[in-house]
Amino acid sequence: MTDATSQRTEPFVRMDMLPEQEPPATQRGVVKWARENLFSSTANSVLTVAAIVTVYYILVSSMPWLLNGVWNSASIRECREILEGATGGCFAVLTERWNQLLFGFKYPPDQYWRPTLAFVLLFVAAAPVMFFKYLPSKMLIFTGLYPFIAFWLIWGGSILTPLLVLVGFVLAAQAFTRLEHKGFAIAALAAIAAAAVMFWLASTIGSGGGSGGFLSLEPVQSRDMGGFMLNMILGTVCVSLSIPFGIALALGRQSDMPIIKWICVVFIEFIRGVPLITLLFVANVVLAYFLPPGTTFDLIVRVIIMITAFSSAYIAEVIRGGLAALPKGQYEAADSLGLDYAQAMRLIILPQALKISIPGIVNVAVGLFKDTTLVSVISMFDLVGMIRGPILASTEWNGVYWELFGAAAILFFVVCYGISQYSQWLERELATDHR
Amino acid sequence: MTTMTDPPQESFRLSMLLNDTRYRSYTFQFIALIALISLIAYLGSNLVQNLRAAGLNISYEFLGEPAGYDINQRLIEYDSQSSHWRASIVGILNTLLVAFLACVTATILGVAAGVLRLSNNWLVRKLMAVYVEAFRNVPVLIWIIIIFTIMTAVLPGPRAFRGDDPTASMVLDMFAFTNRGVYVPAPEFTSGIFQGAGNWLVILASLVASLFITRWNVRRADQVQEATGQRPNTLWANLAIWFVPLVALCWIMGLTWNYPELKGFNFAGGWTIRGSLIALWFALAIYTGAFIAENVRAGIQAISKGQTEAAASLGLRPGRIMKLVILPQALRVIIPPLISQYLNITKNSSLAIAVGYMDITGTLGGITLNQTGRAIECVLLLMLFYLIISLSISAVMNIYNNAVKLKER
Repeated sequence: MTDATSQRTEPFVRMDMLPEQEPPATQRGVVKWARENLFSSTANSVLTVAAIVTVYYILVSSMPWLLNGVWNSASIRECREILEGATGGCFAVLTERWNQLLFGFKYPPDQYWRPTLAFVLLFVAAAPVMFFKYLPSKMLIFTGLYPFIAFWLIWGGSILTPLLVLVGFVLAAQAFTRLEHKGFAIAALAAIAAAAVMFWLASTIGSGGGSGGFLSLEPVQSRDMGGFMLNMILGTVCVSLSIPFGIALALGRQSDMPIIKWICVVFIEFIRGVPLITLLFVANVVLAYFLPPGTTFDLIVRVIIMITAFSSAYIAEVIRGGLAALPKGQYEAADSLGLDYAQAMRLIILPQALKISIPGIVNVAVGLFKDTTLVSVISMFDLVGMIRGPILASTEWNGVYWELFGAAAILFFVVCYGISQYSQWLERELATDHR
Repeated sequence: MTTMTDPPQESFRLSMLLNDTRYRSYTFQFIALIALISLIAYLGSNLVQNLRAAGLNISYEFLGEPAGYDINQRLIEYDSQSSHWRASIVGILNTLLVAFLACVTATILGVAAGVLRLSNNWLVRKLMAVYVEAFRNVPVLIWIIIIFTIMTAVLPGPRAFRGDDPTASMVLDMFAFTNRGVYVPAPEFTSGIFQGAGNWLVILASLVASLFITRWNVRRADQVQEATGQRPNTLWANLAIWFVPLVALCWIMGLTWNYPELKGFNFAGGWTIRGSLIALWFALAIYTGAFIAENVRAGIQAISKGQTEAAASLGLRPGRIMKLVILPQALRVIIPPLISQYLNITKNSSLAIAVGYMDITGTLGGITLNQTGRAIECVLLLMLFYLIISLSISAVMNIYNNAVKLKER
């Protein structure tokens, strides 16, 4: 009894620490995350349910088609027989016509290794430019050689033609560096003269030499190119050609010389004002009228000229934005160092302006690569042209739409998404300010 | 006292044209001008020679000749006996029609997707990211063809609607989705007070009048609010101003709906929207919507968080913060790229030729060019048309940019 009362008078003191309690079930793990991210309010819950239903329907309608697909058959009829009425994609068209989708239907099949090798080398050539911080700059030599190697691999013929053109460029560079102390204009003129002589030599020997001769590959005509390869060729060639033209146009537009400025303004605004299709029409039906009588240009060359003109106008606008974004102090600093215009641009202004313009240039490049599908409208057999033309028109595969267009969409998605991810990475990499 | 003398004037020497920066620019411009003139002369002489060799000349007389082809989707009267000029006008109207429809739809889609990409709902955010990336990274031509394939190869033919046990049926007995196009009810004015297009002009005039009266009404409410602090309710008055005249006009003019009906092997009555128009419309809208979504997101994110917090500390509710503080500032960032997206839609609508929609590229640059062989004239007119559209849109953009430019003092 007394024991109990003494116990009661003593105040309650906890001597030991309580173990940590788990948070309540609604405040942890998946439930908490879902409450915060999916069901935080009535409107959010409605959105979530709607999104789940959408995803469910998309999966229900596409999964059987994807998983139950037929990868081996010779025609759509055989495909349907194998499926026996069940839902399923007829992906056999991809396995059977894969080479046509990639290379077009006229490229000699025993030469497929050539464009494939050129494609692989493209990565080797592009790597030192793309990851210039991490790779030795000596590798840039290969990047410089790559256009000639790729030309030789894809078009074939004697190696002398690209070799002579290369020598022309090297001579031009030599002439430029030798004469640079005499002024930019003289050096540039000498370089152009040196290159022109070699190009003339290359064209005469190249057309005369034909297929025979030293280290020659079986020549392939431009009109035999097709498929995704054509898109890649047009995309890479036109983008790389249009960057120097774009820089020149942007500088011209910023220039103090009214005549040069207005030539550039009219060119840029004209090109940006018309759709690419009209320019392709020009390449297809009009350009021939403006060439000397009797000359026949490859359609692919005419298209490259027009697409390059198109993209250089857009790249010029992007670079102009970069030039305008530079503080005026940079121009004044270059002037006060006593640099002339060419030196100031080359050493001070352009490196900074181009760095600012990289995201914009990549956007133009991605857009241009997507626009190369437009050549199917002027009956060239690029990836889309191959699908709509020879493949869908054939008796075996008439009616296989989704598999083909889905594959085309995925091919373009992989390339374009990859490039835009790279551009975002590069932007972070180049962000040297605001640290 | 010292006298300042001018340095002796250097007399002009020929070498200064190359070495003196004051004169060098004249040399360069002179060279550029000569090069340009000789290039034009060279191309021009080639053109003349080629045309002479082909027995052609530059002439626009073909525009007056009968076109001889039919256009199935048209806004104005046209038959195969009409002139090529008339066909081009039909094409221009079709271009403007699909561009307008796609612009409106793309804006709605893009704004919705852009705002939802910033939502705090994880699932919706991810779905919108998938939408934007999937459509931005695939050529619009492929999307146009995919939707065109749905419209022509997946939808049932009119034959499927026939018989006692048809495999397809009309939606709500009003809309018929067939592989020849979508049939929708068409409004018809039966009282005959106004002729033809006059009816539509009257409706349009009434809508414009309603717009001005509602704006006046809102301004009056603003004034009352300024004076007394109490805002009179404008909602019901505005609704009445919009709908009462419209309903009354429709009743006076005897509006009836002409439903599409299955007659023989095809549908008759109502309006026909061709699959090609729908494919172009939706593909352009969904594709451009993805770009607009990115612009909207960037515009909203460009407004610093301090603006939201400042507005919140003033006691504004979230809806009002968006409407009064964020959007007015974000629109300054959003509108210029939005307008250039509209320009892109108009230019991309030239892809109509891939699905056979008869826009200006399909008529003037397609069939007319092939029939008459007048390549130079046709392509020139085509470019001129797009150039005029582009330049007028950029003129509008410049006016807008100047109007909303930050007024710095």
